[in-house]
Amino acid sequence: MSTISRRTFNRLVAASGAVAAASLAAPGIVRAAGSRVVVIGGGFGGATAARYLKKFDPSINVTLVEPSTTYLTCPFSNTILGGLHPMSFLQQNFNSHKALGVTMIHDLAVKVDAAKKQVTLASGKTLAFDRCVVSPGIDFKWGAVKGADQAIIEKIPHAWKAGPQTSLLRKQLEAMKDGGTFLISPPPNPFRCPPGPGERISMVAHYLKQHKPKSKIVVLDPKKSFSKQGLFLEGWKKLYPGMIEYRNIDKDGTVREVLADKKTLITDFGEVKGDVINFIPPQKAGAIAHQAGLADASGWCPVDHRTFESTIHESVHVIGDASIASPMPKSGFSASTQAKVCAAAIAEMLRGNAPGTPKFVNTCYSLVGPDYGISVAAVYGFDGQKIVSIKGAGGLSPSGSADDFHQREALYADGWYRSITKDIWG
Amino acid sequence: MNRFKLLIILPAALGAAALSGPPAAADMASSAVLAHTCFSCHGPGGRSAGAMPSIDGKPAKLIELNLKDFRDGKRESTVMQRIAKGFTDVEIKAISEYLAKTAK
Repeated sequence: MSTISRRTFNRLVAASGAVAAASLAAPGIVRAAGSRVVVIGGGFGGATAARYLKKFDPSINVTLVEPSTTYLTCPFSNTILGGLHPMSFLQQNFNSHKALGVTMIHDLAVKVDAAKKQVTLASGKTLAFDRCVVSPGIDFKWGAVKGADQAIIEKIPHAWKAGPQTSLLRKQLEAMKDGGTFLISPPPNPFRCPPGPGERISMVAHYLKQHKPKSKIVVLDPKKSFSKQGLFLEGWKKLYPGMIEYRNIDKDGTVREVLADKKTLITDFGEVKGDVINFIPPQKAGAIAHQAGLADASGWCPVDHRTFESTIHESVHVIGDASIASPMPKSGFSASTQAKVCAAAIAEMLRGNAPGTPKFVNTCYSLVGPDYGISVAAVYGFDGQKIVSIKGAGGLSPSGSADDFHQREALYADGWYRSITKDIWG
Repeated sequence: MNRFKLLIILPAALGAAALSGPPAAADMASSAVLAHTCFSCHGPGGRSAGAMPSIDGKPAKLIELNLKDFRDGKRESTVMQRIAKGFTDVEIKAISEYLAKTAK
């Protein structure tokens, strides 16, 4: 089969302008009408992609495959641990997708055959597609750390996917005695939501300060540093002085073994016991990405940064946490902004047009306390081959900011959550 | 590198160019792609669901002036001054005109 590169393709499109003008009289020749797009995953990436595909071109038949009828967001799930919101606060549904004309299928995608352009569901049903968008989020590398297999999650919840695990960790914290130790181990890079562990530590500290003030938090981090570290440390000193002990890789912070029954984490030079342990395992792209052969040796999915089309399998796009979109972080905001770019590209490509130039924003709020917010923002462009950070833009909340600044950012964190979830789930 | 099947795409491309009119500036994102990212904080269509101000249906010139003031440090903000620095004059104009049209 003859193939051409995108650069050549763009040149051909440009060269064809004069010829194309002649076909103005027959605008029906190339349309996306009746095209089939199957979106796998109803999270920040997939639910945005399905919605915006329909917005960009209502003639596209969009099917969204998501096992659950309600979706619980990972963003703001730390506020459940802090006691700021009940679990129901995180609940989203797909009613507005149905109203927009998206076909909802509550089933699990178990196979994506790029050659046959077909998705197979757990029920055995198959779905044919012209283009497929895979947005599976993350899975855990069970066994990468000794003793950390899937069986431990009933005793040592990861709570890195919102749902029963979040409730379990909350229950364990409620049952912990005053004076107990909450032991948390964040994962190595790259992982979902880089500032998430810092926010989790903060929200647990808030809960303990209110109800169990003699308690301690010990952090065993296998990394040198973590996202928004300076801002978190500044906030912890102010709100939770003396409560949090942070140990990084240079201070024996790397966990080598998990002893779930003994509630102990083993490091190179010692062991640390916890009354409640939150071990967040190393991560990789969600299961379907691996089953479909979309991931490379890194465990994540390489994609064309203009369209998020897989560089391994044509016609299959991967967005969100599962994709390799560095320098963009793996965040819900990133997934949603990537989904919009991907949906716009697919709508154009299904009409036979060249996809447009992407541009992205990521703004990530974290709560250090209920009235103490911090943020990091970035704007991303496209250099013709890959996503690049726009120099001079973005950055962290200024350190040493006044209380009212952090109060505003806490209010905006809440505003962000309400707006983005409405934008995605209606 | 992403690849296209020549035989299928080429005839399609010939027809498609007619539908989409003159191409946008080669390296600039479309006004829709630029503006849709605003909705993640400012709500669908720019109608906020929470603490952020709504940005839909304002005069284009007002949005443009405000974004440039954020960018140039003339207007206080928590995060907008950091975000606005990532956009050029032409992009800001395109965003402003797009948002002005979202009024119902």
